Amino acid sequence: MSLSAFETSTVALPQGLVPTVGDYFALLKPRVMSLVVFTGFVGLYLAPGHLHPLLAAVAVLCIAIGAGAAGAINMWYERDIDALMERTRRRPLPAGRMTPGDALGFGAVLAVGSVIVMGLALNAAAAALLALAIGFYVFVYTVGLKRRTPQNIVIGGAAGAFPPMIGWAAVTGDVSVTALALFALIFFWTPPHFWALALYRAGDYAKAGVPMLPVVAGKAETKKQMLLYTLVLWPVAVAPALLHATGWLYGAAALALSVLFTLCAVAVRRDSGERAARRMFGFSILYLFLLFALMAIDRAPGLFAVPGFTR
Amino acid sequence: MSGIAIVDERQRRIRSRNRALLLLLLGVVALFYLIALVRLGVWS
Repeated sequence: MSLSAFETSTVALPQGLVPTVGDYFALLKPRVMSLVVFTGFVGLYLAPGHLHPLLAAVAVLCIAIGAGAAGAINMWYERDIDALMERTRRRPLPAGRMTPGDALGFGAVLAVGSVIVMGLALNAAAAALLALAIGFYVFVYTVGLKRRTPQNIVIGGAAGAFPPMIGWAAVTGDVSVTALALFALIFFWTPPHFWALALYRAGDYAKAGVPMLPVVAGKAETKKQMLLYTLVLWPVAVAPALLHATGWLYGAAALALSVLFTLCAVAVRRDSGERAARRMFGFSILYLFLLFALMAIDRAPGLFAVPGFTR
Repeated sequence: MSGIAIVDERQRRIRSRNRALLLLLLGVVALFYLIALVRLGVWS
């Protein structure tokens, strides 16, 4: 180790402390990871075909590790703006509990490792999609879009939409229309979800110079866009039932939940404060979780018959 | 925090990180072994 590298780490960690295991875990963005793991698992579960339970667990683990790795590299790149925002300033890097090199190395090793294991244990298609998802999140969203355009999370939302498609590809070795429908569901869900958060964190984003839609176009325009996206979600959420990947129990529930999501957006438009936006952000997570849970329940063997669909 | 306490805390963190790394490496070895068994059809 060179002297300058040693000095850098001493400066970054003034008390001479080393990062804890918990700091490394925090780099993986565990809360984001939980939804990624769940949607990835449901994609895998819905896919026609059979997969050994151990290989299914390995696929979900690789999706989780890959998503966590992308999160760690994102935190490495965004450490300057994370230090400026209330929501992120206690993360390991801006708080000075870890050196940037540690975070980048950790993320890179996990990213490469998760893709290699996915390729060796499952198949090349799943590994390629995982690599694409990680690369998209790091290079397209984090480096390319986030600091440049208010459409950052619209296009960047594709990165978070990959997991069910990866799960599907892990079983079948390819991507079908149903897998694309699951991708579209998360893709169109992401803007209203993130903009609900951005509405009550607009000051934070403005301080950090991140051009989120409420900062650039104003709150009224953001609320209008959120409402439009929730309307687009109506047919997109019902699509898995239309494609016979699930039954109509899911279809009816998806429509009802989408109506509720739209009502949340209407409430946000009418509310001049933060309360409705906070409520919509919370409901958006529940909405996506319930949709994917209902897909899995609807396809559970023996629970409900799925006409015209054979596994 | 005193100098001795900082050194103790540092040692504790290094130990816990090394233990976590050892467990991780053992887990990876076990995972590759199990994947090999499944892929070879030994455990189907």
